[in-house]
Amino acid sequence: MTAPAIAYNFAYLDEQTKRMIRRAILKGIAVPGYQVPFASREMPMPYGWGTGGVQVTAACLVPEDRLKVIDQGADDTTNAVSIRRFFQRTAGVAVTEATADATVIQTRHRIPETPLTEGQILVYQVPIPEPLRFLEPRETETRKMHELEEYGLMHVKLYEDIARHGQIATAYAYPVRVEGRYVMDPSPIPKFDNPKLTANPAIQLFGAGREQRIYALPPYAEVVSLDFEDHPFQATKAAHDCDLCGAKVSYLDEVITDDAGGRMFVCSDTDFCAGRRARGLIGRLGGDQKSSKTFANSFQGIWPGTEGAP
Amino acid sequence: MTAMERIAMTDQPLLRVDGLTKRYGPRIGCLDVSFDLYPGEVLGIVGESGSGKSTLLSCLAGHLQPDLGRVAYDGRDVLAMSETERRRLGRTDWAYVHQNPRDGLRMGVSAGGNVGERLMAIGARHYGEIRDKAQDWLARVEIAADRIDDRPSAFSGGMQQRLQIARNLVTAPRLVFMDEPTGGLDVSVQARLLDLLRGLVRDLGLSVIIVTHDLAVVRLLAHRLMVMKSGRVVEQGLTDQVLDDPQHAYSQLLVSSVLQV
Repeated sequence: MTAPAIAYNFAYLDEQTKRMIRRAILKGIAVPGYQVPFASREMPMPYGWGTGGVQVTAACLVPEDRLKVIDQGADDTTNAVSIRRFFQRTAGVAVTEATADATVIQTRHRIPETPLTEGQILVYQVPIPEPLRFLEPRETETRKMHELEEYGLMHVKLYEDIARHGQIATAYAYPVRVEGRYVMDPSPIPKFDNPKLTANPAIQLFGAGREQRIYALPPYAEVVSLDFEDHPFQATKAAHDCDLCGAKVSYLDEVITDDAGGRMFVCSDTDFCAGRRARGLIGRLGGDQKSSKTFANSFQGIWPGTEGAP
Repeated sequence: MTAMERIAMTDQPLLRVDGLTKRYGPRIGCLDVSFDLYPGEVLGIVGESGSGKSTLLSCLAGHLQPDLGRVAYDGRDVLAMSETERRRLGRTDWAYVHQNPRDGLRMGVSAGGNVGERLMAIGARHYGEIRDKAQDWLARVEIAADRIDDRPSAFSGGMQQRLQIARNLVTAPRLVFMDEPTGGLDVSVQARLLDLLRGLVRDLGLSVIIVTHDLAVVRLLAHRLMVMKSGRVVEQGLTDQVLDDPQHAYSQLLVSSVLQV
């Protein structure tokens, strides 16, 4: 193979930039939950597509790494595919869809169902790192609130939820307190995933490209979801089993299958779902060996799937 | 200071201000202001616009850093406190009622949430108790119970001001700063608010520093009065004494300027 016309540095970013990002990451790990400012670079993708996560991943990657990229739990959606291909091209690292095989996992809005292990790095893409932002628009003021540990306002948001909906209706980006100090936005993961944040053996890194912030959770950090004594935190999911693999414990996507009220629930973690199906665990509608997306798309009236309608 | 000394100081002033000066460059904000405020006492500060009364209040409440002077609250030097301590004081023992309720309220948060915020800020984590307390305080400032989940933007000006007062008093403060609490309200609403304030001050034994340009307000509320002009205190004494028999030329002008209906 001939050399490409433009020779990129390993993993796209130049070494000085990676050093700068690594310094921010180290500081973030040293002060769990604290938002470290960093000089976010322009990346060859739009803001909102994971520019923060991509920069953190680029700073962490070594040639021996095996990378997994997921978007809402799925390995095969646009965002995941484009980022995976970006690093295949610029870093030449091996890629995988299996959570257990990956050394670095970049994720958007989910934590994989398969428990992570020591030595793995989970990189989150973060749109808005400041958990207090929608309650207090002034950055100077929110910084002061973090500095002085004035987090009463966070509970005002939860109070409003209960007053309005009778329960804590915040379903994603559910605020957490890290090691009894900083209140942190865990990125828009469903609150179902919040219990996986705490005491996790993997390193968890959060990158916000547009907002130019990096924060981190070291392995086994204590992460507590905020709540009220009489309205304790509850990790919720749809009250169904996966229709493809029959899993009862995984987070589910609801897929509309026709315009007559038909719907199905499938694991949002495609690797977890496919792994179960490979082991012969089949759900209500999972007879054919198809991926969840192909299956959903194959219903009439949506899109004639390549594998044919059932 | 030991606990014994603190108890022995109950006859001491709650707030002791000594030689407080704030300059804006070459201009004077307030100059060499000294007074003592005792527990349960209401002090009115009157004067025309630009006389330095709001500057003085901001300096006392810790919103502005004075250039010179000492402020001691309950024997503690307020100006030497760390910001953490001062802000904690501002959430617990002190309260600040803004002239414009929009400055003191969170307009995007329900009335109950506004009242509950100070409770949650000092560690309340039981929803039911916070709500009961909010309900109780809304009743005390005469806001109907079914408005607890409405946002302040749906309230009238007078209701917003009453809500702001409830939000401030829920943590049972000992010292309340009020900056023109009746400004911008029509006279009948003003009268109702003053009535309410007078009742609360008496029932809770609050110490209040109230800044206003409305002499009727201080006549009703304040025990003592300070008249300010160009950043200086020109006269102080008992309210009725100052209003009925003003000594300083400016106080005489001020009293005689009130329109008689």
